Amino acid sequence: MNLFLAVAAQAAEAASAPAAQESGNLPFLIVGLWVLLLSIFVGFEVIQKVPPTLHTPLMSGSNAISGITIVGSLYCVGNDYPLSAGILGLIAILCAMINVVGGFVVTDRMLGMFSAKGGKK
Amino acid sequence: MLAMISMTNVVELAYMASSLLFILGILKLGKVKTSKQGNLWAAYGMALAIGATMLLLITRGDWDPRPGEWAYQSHALAIGAMVLGSAIGWWLAVKVPMTSMPEFVAFFNGLGGAASMFVGLAEVPRAVERGQTLSTEGADFAIAVILAVIIGAVTLTGSLVAYAKLAGKLNKSRIGPLGSQGFNILLGAVCIGAGAWGGFFAADPMGLWVSNGLLTLGALLLGFGLTLPIGGADMPVAIALLNSYSGIAGMTTGFILKNNLLIVAGSLVGASGIILTQIMCKAMNRSLTNVLVGGMGESAGGGGGGQKDEGYTKVKSTSAEELAAVLDAATSVIFVPGYGLAVAQAQHKVRELAGLLEKKGCQVRYAIHPVAGRMPGHMNILLAEADVPYEQLYELDRINDDFKNTDVVVVLGANDVCNPAATQDPKSPIAGMPVLTVWDARTVVVVKRSLASGYAGIRNELFQMDNSLMFLADAKKALEDTITELKAL
Repeated sequence: MNLFLAVAAQAAEAASAPAAQESGNLPFLIVGLWVLLLSIFVGFEVIQKVPPTLHTPLMSGSNAISGITIVGSLYCVGNDYPLSAGILGLIAILCAMINVVGGFVVTDRMLGMFSAKGGKK
Repeated sequence: MLAMISMTNVVELAYMASSLLFILGILKLGKVKTSKQGNLWAAYGMALAIGATMLLLITRGDWDPRPGEWAYQSHALAIGAMVLGSAIGWWLAVKVPMTSMPEFVAFFNGLGGAASMFVGLAEVPRAVERGQTLSTEGADFAIAVILAVIIGAVTLTGSLVAYAKLAGKLNKSRIGPLGSQGFNILLGAVCIGAGAWGGFFAADPMGLWVSNGLLTLGALLLGFGLTLPIGGADMPVAIALLNSYSGIAGMTTGFILKNNLLIVAGSLVGASGIILTQIMCKAMNRSLTNVLVGGMGESAGGGGGGQKDEGYTKVKSTSAEELAAVLDAATSVIFVPGYGLAVAQAQHKVRELAGLLEKKGCQVRYAIHPVAGRMPGHMNILLAEADVPYEQLYELDRINDDFKNTDVVVVLGANDVCNPAATQDPKSPIAGMPVLTVWDARTVVVVKRSLASGYAGIRNELFQMDNSLMFLADAKKALEDTITELKAL
């Protein structure tokens, strides 16, 4: 119980600290939550009516997009981070890059099969 | 210095453009005609994001060599890792046979999760260096780190389990205590406890490393435990869900690094995964909880095939010769592909047989159940590989009324998706699941390796209906023989 109280207190402190949010000084958390809310909405709208034929390419294409963490991993190799974080960052880069390139190329291959056959018709 | 054209702002604008490319890319990916372009746009978005980030880090001096540390060349190492990763990704993607697509999508997905996990963990040495708790940078920061590690780790090991199950290398629903609900709850508690300790209380190097190490280990095991019980037939749901997790993990790293692009891209993927999960669950008339808890048929072996024949008494067997004759006389044929088709890699043979029939003036169509196969849209991709025009592929609600006007239905390695119990027996485990009503056709030929039950582990009365014929053989062999017979006619 103590633990949760402490967590809650910390959270409250963090939330109230930048309370003096005059114009343009919103804490990132709030901006981020706005962005999150709107992108989830866009995500749902954009994907709602995809035909079943494209479920696999959609999944593997969006899977490649989830490799966007590559951006995050690049920061971790920067001088802001100590050496050991840099090593974790390098592993992250490797994983994310396999995800990104592998994902997009596989999706392209799949979609190539759709269009190849479209031409034959 | 003009504030508006600072490098940070330029990069921020590039990120905005790349978010837009992702959104438009997914939008285009959702339409058959523009899908290839959509994938390309998303890839451009990614390239732009990576380029912009590198530009920022280089101009900011973030990648400058650090004096004093052993030849630590961040930029060289980072670029090296990128090139190596790209090469591996490219090589895998080009080499993978289309039939192993589901497991490779799962594998790539797991690596995305791993990347998010490592990005989260990279904050630990930073806190160690400062000698402060993670929450010193804000409670939201600490929570984001903990969530990135947990969700990333669960995505990683969950995807690896999915990979192994799809590749047929694993068909257990338990490994020791892993996979039981009780143990999962225990692991969840460990993650929460270690996360709270590591995020909010530990400030000494020892405490930070141990707590976050425990968090990582717990979450990795949790990924195993959560995915193991999910049955092979429910893999479309599992993959869609894991895909969603990898997006959510990426999104949380956006909160760690205060980066909107990561939030946008991550939540797009998260949302798309959740929608696919929903579609898959609806197609099976099961709740997500029900799928996640697993169990259906899994205790009976789960490996599909190889089980005892379920005491069917009036099964009528058929042969390639008879099937050829039946098909020769038909004016309309519908193929119903299932996982068995993928296993037998018989997609090209179906196409060949369909071609022969079309030449005789027969109408050929394919009925695709949404959960046929092992990933969302699996059958579509398989048949597309064999150049089956997608105009011939029909979804369940577009074809079900047509079965009664069809001469012959050939079921190829599918079982539960055309089990009449779903509509006729309210007590059946699959009661209410939308199924293909193949039995309405004049003749149904079921090509199947054995009379064993499918993944759902239930009898299929279709096998002994008056109008159905069983062709017990591997789909590819059966089709090859039928083609030979048909040509000989």
